[in-house]
Amino acid sequence: MSKKLATFTKGIIRENPVLVLVLGTCPTLAVTTQASNALGMGAAATFVLLCSNICISALRRVIPDKVRIPCYIVLIAGFVSVVQMIVKAYLPTLDAALGIYLPLIVVNCIILGRAEMFANKNGVVDSILDALGMGCGFTLTLFVMASIREIIGSGTWYGMPIPVLADNPISIFTMAPGGFFVFGVLIAIVAKVTKGKKPAKKEFGCAGCPSAAACGKLDCGACGEGADKA
Amino acid sequence: MTIRGIFLIILTAVFVNNYVLQQFLGICPFLGVSKKLDQATGMSIAVIFVMCLATAVTWPIQYYLLKPQSGAYDLGYLQTVVFILVIAALVQLVEIILKKYLPSLHKSLGVYLPLITTNCAVLGVCIANIDAEYTFAQAMFNSFGSGLGFFLAMVLFSGVRGRIEGNDVPESFQGLPITLIAASIVSVSFFGFSGVIENLLG
Repeated sequence: MSKKLATFTKGIIRENPVLVLVLGTCPTLAVTTQASNALGMGAAATFVLLCSNICISALRRVIPDKVRIPCYIVLIAGFVSVVQMIVKAYLPTLDAALGIYLPLIVVNCIILGRAEMFANKNGVVDSILDALGMGCGFTLTLFVMASIREIIGSGTWYGMPIPVLADNPISIFTMAPGGFFVFGVLIAIVAKVTKGKKPAKKEFGCAGCPSAAACGKLDCGACGEGADKA
Repeated sequence: MTIRGIFLIILTAVFVNNYVLQQFLGICPFLGVSKKLDQATGMSIAVIFVMCLATAVTWPIQYYLLKPQSGAYDLGYLQTVVFILVIAALVQLVEIILKKYLPSLHKSLGVYLPLITTNCAVLGVCIANIDAEYTFAQAMFNSFGSGLGFFLAMVLFSGVRGRIEGNDVPESFQGLPITLIAASIVSVSFFGFSGVIENLLG
């Protein structure tokens, strides 16, 4: 039981997909200007991750090894289309706020990365727990980051104005440079907190990288997930 | 379309709406491959090439296959699935062709091609062209400009990273955090361009 629990909780801090594994950076930086957008993006990505992890772990013995990546992409793209239609129909304001980043969930490395690192080696139940844990970690990180940027950058939180800060917003925090800056600081904080307890690097280095099969010719330093965290 | 219109689209894509530094598309290769100048250049040229090619293929698919102007049917909801598959297949095809007929080019660009399949900048530019309702020519220039913007950001940033390397960075900031903070400062510098392009050509 505790092993199952660990499968769920590891995604939240110890193997946080954004801050430790450094996957899915594009949506993380782009949609975290408002806490509400971050929650919407987190929920959408978690839904896609959950569905794709269930399908891929259930079909892991059926999908031929050689064409597994295209198969995963088709599955993921299908679920992303479902999410797109649901959001367009019921949450038009969220659709407008997320814009192009909603269809781009399909190339979010977290989803393909978890399929490759976890779902194709583990059973359905474990994969569900893994997806929920990773999804929570992703959503939580987006929410924290968006809260910081929204409070400092526009003086509001979830749309509610905050007394003193609303009069003096530092609007650069809601713009592109603020995104890079807050993200960098958060990664540094997590590195400080988890110091010494980091997971073994090789587990998430090139071996676990979704493009590992293709990029064998590049040295690990060129691959985003390898040497950067050394 | 006028020469001025072309320049407006390209310069806006390169400086004002820079894909990496203002729109956060293609961050993974930006952080991963920007360590050495030659790798950054190779990767960016491959991205420019694939972006133009992907637009040249996905634009007709959208307007002649998925959503024909005659309005006979509307398969627009298949956009995401079709585009990503077309791009993935296209990249594979290009790699095979390069390997067979231009082995020297394959040697310098080929290694970057598979990494581009799941690069959000490529899918992003295809969808953005459709969303902006560009004509085919405008879409092609926008893709080229976006690719050029990616190239500029990568090359600039590989220089910045070279400077960071030898410095004494606090322990928890080593590696990715300091890189992101440097990216933040480079991104600030691009704010200087906003307004300039519109005033020059608008």
